[in-house]
Amino acid sequence: MKLQAVIVGAGPAGVRAAQTLAAHGVRPVVVDEAPRWGGQIYRQPPPGFTRAKETLYGFEAARADAVHSAMAGILDKIDYRPDTLVWSAEGSQLDLLAQGQMRTLPYSHLIVATGATDRVLPFPGWTLPGVYTLGAAQVALKFQGCAIGSRVVFAGTGPLLYLIAYQYAKAGAKVAAVLDTASFAGKAAAAPAMLGQPALFAKGLYYLGWLRLHGIPVHQGVELTHATGDERVQAMHWRKAGREHHIDCDGVGFGYALRPETQLPDLLGCRFRYDTLQRGALPERDAAGRSSVTGVYLAGDGAGIMGADAAEWAGERAALALLADAGKTIDAARAASLESRLAGIASFRHGLERAFPFPAGWAAAAPDELVVCRCEEITAGELRRCVADTGAREMNRLKALTRVGMGRCQGRTCGVAAAEILAHACAAQPDAVGRLRGQSPIKPLPFSAIVAAAVKQEAA
Amino acid sequence: MKPITKSGALLHRVAEGGRTPVSFVLNGQPLKALAGDTVLTAVLTHGAQLRFSEFSGEARAGFCLMGACQDCWVATESGQRLRACGTFIEEGMRLVTGAEGPV
Repeated sequence: MKLQAVIVGAGPAGVRAAQTLAAHGVRPVVVDEAPRWGGQIYRQPPPGFTRAKETLYGFEAARADAVHSAMAGILDKIDYRPDTLVWSAEGSQLDLLAQGQMRTLPYSHLIVATGATDRVLPFPGWTLPGVYTLGAAQVALKFQGCAIGSRVVFAGTGPLLYLIAYQYAKAGAKVAAVLDTASFAGKAAAAPAMLGQPALFAKGLYYLGWLRLHGIPVHQGVELTHATGDERVQAMHWRKAGREHHIDCDGVGFGYALRPETQLPDLLGCRFRYDTLQRGALPERDAAGRSSVTGVYLAGDGAGIMGADAAEWAGERAALALLADAGKTIDAARAASLESRLAGIASFRHGLERAFPFPAGWAAAAPDELVVCRCEEITAGELRRCVADTGAREMNRLKALTRVGMGRCQGRTCGVAAAEILAHACAAQPDAVGRLRGQSPIKPLPFSAIVAAAVKQEAA
Repeated sequence: MKPITKSGALLHRVAEGGRTPVSFVLNGQPLKALAGDTVLTAVLTHGAQLRFSEFSGEARAGFCLMGACQDCWVATESGQRLRACGTFIEEGMRLVTGAEGPV
């Protein structure tokens, strides 16, 4: 069989995978939805932007530059396809959409490095203009030089919360408050586990200290109750120690750490397993990144959230596995060293989950009128009624009955929240309600492209 | 529809203001963006919505800015639909908010 390696995603995992394959004389196709490589974390601004990498990526500037340079150095050794959406996958073939044209891409070996998006647990008012994910707030700043408001509240939890608040304040944007659902006590208790990665731990402390020093209110151990506004967000409300609070704002960025983008491995039939730490089903992989499907490899946050540094190691490790499986000679010591580094990040991940825990009481507190699914506008009350009326206890059943997760986002935004509401409504643990199945197309296709493809097929 | 005014802008420029201006039209009104702006940035530095929910009719202005939520579709006057966060503004683009129809 001819070796045809394809990598989906050009973030830290995809770039290191491509570099590793190229170094072994293999020319991979690298498909990426973005116009330039770097992924979300090291997203590059469009041509013509002038801020230095130190400004854009802060402490991560050197790493960002290393990833960017690695890719720039192999462009003549790979088949790089930016602005290209993978909208389906089946039987050793990907379905692509680029410049309004659909085409297929066969592969013998596939590395899925699709990254992550914000894990969203909504509050009433989250659909108001001006309310964005934390990731969106960062994209606006990094990629467009814009702040999501003139008085912004950052809320939720996770390391990104403090990083983005810091980046906004540094850029001269007004940060009205940081509202962290995690408590200070939890962070203190997590400190020993986090000290395995002292640099990462120190950065977290630095951001918090910097925000405090610059007079930005940081409230920890809060419960986000709702956002209010007339046609756009005007205030964020929260509860702390039984007391209600609110603050005026015209922008809110929120999120609860990240969730992996697993729709491709799902369509490819990869086996999934519930992961208690990440509170969701993840595609199974061995220490090298092999999925349960022969020829399909998983790397980076798309396979389970481990962060950008680990994504680079996992991308390289998966590429080495691919090469070994294709009969190439690889450096076994290097492979072992990467695996041991990846294993080393695990205790830090446990620390992070303790420091920024998933707000376990979220589903119980979610009011019936809360819109869970912003595509189809399905409320928590509708989901609960469906459970009460039909006895539905499984996510795909709930989707079929209520349309939750059936809209344009295909559950990428609402899937986590819907599963939490379902589990709570039937008094089950979140691992007992199944997971939303990926459906093709995983992102909407323009009607014109579908018609053009149909006409082409007809002509053939 | 409410007038698109500067005071209604959702996004605020804090950097990279030295780029080449780009002219476009939003709901019939001539406006300026900067080269390298996405359609989302171009529109939301002037106004506070991109589209309206098919169900509640409420205004939406995108959510994830990275192509996951699909809540930022806008239409051109000729009926072409664009995902605002993933499409760059072009000179002379004629956009309409709230008319994009079903995807």
